[in-house]
Amino acid sequence: MIEIRFHGRGGQGAVTAAALLAKAAGYDNKFSQGFPAFGVERRGAPVKAFTRIYDQPITIRSQVYKPDYIVILDPSLAGLPEVKEGLKPESVIVINAKEVNPGFEQKTHFYDATSLALKILGRDIVNTAMLGVFAKATKLVSMESVQRAIDDTFGGKVGELNKDLVKQAYDETKGDE
Amino acid sequence: MAKNVVEVAAAVAEAVKLCEPKIIPVYPITPQTHVSETLAKMLADGEFDGEMIKVESEQSAMAACIGAQATGVRAYTATSSQGIALMHEILYIAAGMRLPIVMTVVNRSLSAPLSIWNDQQDSFSQRDTGWIQIHVEDGQEAFDTQIQAFRIAEETNLPVMICLDGFVLSHVFEPVRFLTKEQVKKFLPDYKPEVSLNPSKPVSMGTLGTPEYYIQFRKQLQDAIKKSKETITKVNREFASAFGRSYGNGLIETVNMKGKKSALITIGSVAGTARELIEKESIGLIKVKSLRPFPGEELAKACEGLESVGVLEKDISLGGNGALYDEVKAALYNLEKRPNVSGFIAGIGGRDISLNDMEMVIKKIKSGKEGTEWVL
Repeated sequence: MIEIRFHGRGGQGAVTAAALLAKAAGYDNKFSQGFPAFGVERRGAPVKAFTRIYDQPITIRSQVYKPDYIVILDPSLAGLPEVKEGLKPESVIVINAKEVNPGFEQKTHFYDATSLALKILGRDIVNTAMLGVFAKATKLVSMESVQRAIDDTFGGKVGELNKDLVKQAYDETKGDE
Repeated sequence: MAKNVVEVAAAVAEAVKLCEPKIIPVYPITPQTHVSETLAKMLADGEFDGEMIKVESEQSAMAACIGAQATGVRAYTATSSQGIALMHEILYIAAGMRLPIVMTVVNRSLSAPLSIWNDQQDSFSQRDTGWIQIHVEDGQEAFDTQIQAFRIAEETNLPVMICLDGFVLSHVFEPVRFLTKEQVKKFLPDYKPEVSLNPSKPVSMGTLGTPEYYIQFRKQLQDAIKKSKETITKVNREFASAFGRSYGNGLIETVNMKGKKSALITIGSVAGTARELIEKESIGLIKVKSLRPFPGEELAKACEGLESVGVLEKDISLGGNGALYDEVKAALYNLEKRPNVSGFIAGIGGRDISLNDMEMVIKKIKSGKEGTEWVL
């Protein structure tokens, strides 16, 4: 079972990202689960959300304590102890950052999703862009399924813009070989 | 084949929509959930033919359900936490009038201190009101049981509440297979009440019960709930033969029991977390699905020959024990060889129940300890 933890700030869409990733994995015919670390979220406050992906039904209901992957939507969160909590040596970090963020010993993929989101959406909402980065970097989920999940969740013009965003982030990310 | 990954609350709303309740009275602000929010959108989009009445409190929501159902149509509502606490008085009336109202309870804790998070104190504390109370473990079971609820209610003339854990289940996106409108229509016949309010054929409902009669009504209600076990198991069977999915016998579900000396007994979504460990830890799992009617005989039979059982629950009857623990103990009293019974109060107010917690609980159950402790 693959366990992914998202870190963002209230309003950046970490919870939606976890749900979109679960939906996309479902479209890839995998079993999945996406859910937030339930809190009384305020705009700007640190937020966590989780996705599990597996080839068998997932029954566990607890939070993710030892993530295989973490996705960080806001680079200013990288130094928080709760972001590093439970990381394994082989965990993989996917971070929205202009350059490799110091402090992680683990393999790190980085991409400047903020600049791209500002360019395409006109707003600093990076959740979908980071899913594009995640899909390319990890190959855990297909680009087509991420786009389908976005269509399914947003639709209309917002959906189209987010699909452009995720596609460009995907294309510009270097995948593992 | 692609999987349909949806939020569980939305899956419940889809199930309700397929059953086409005519009247849905809800209190439209917190502690309301996405179940009502999704239904409101479905009604606004004309996805089914019904009416949502936005009332001023949950007490009014249940009162409106009673009025609507008494006219001979399906009434449905959803609530949570303080909402069901506020309904308490009216829940007795719905059951006493034998109105087959269906309600979804998204289980959340009770104030004070103020908490929005999950436990099951809210619905457990309504277990004496005369409602059938069924708990579910995952999104698919929530969807399927929600549809079964209308059949069970209408065949027994008893109100039914379907309970699902708040947040840890209600807010999770996971795969749920939906049924079609035609499939549900075949499974759930049109609602045709024997008696209803009709100006051209007047009747009185819910009148005075003087001491000569009241106790008899209460006895009849108790008999009806006890007997509803047969309906619940039958509906579970028929659902299985129609759609290929079933949940134990509809009252309890036993897993990994063969040759085991110990079993964990629990209720709701935490059974899923237990499933992760039961094979490795060589322990059985008994999931209680129906809290009311309480499946005492079925539980006793499942526990025959065991050396120890432990009850894990997200509920506390303050001043007593966990309510499920007490009821399990009572149910096992008449066994020739009684297993040791331990109790674990866990997950109160949304405290996460981790695999480590579960492992610790299972070890203690297997050690044969007795008495209740809190998982803090």
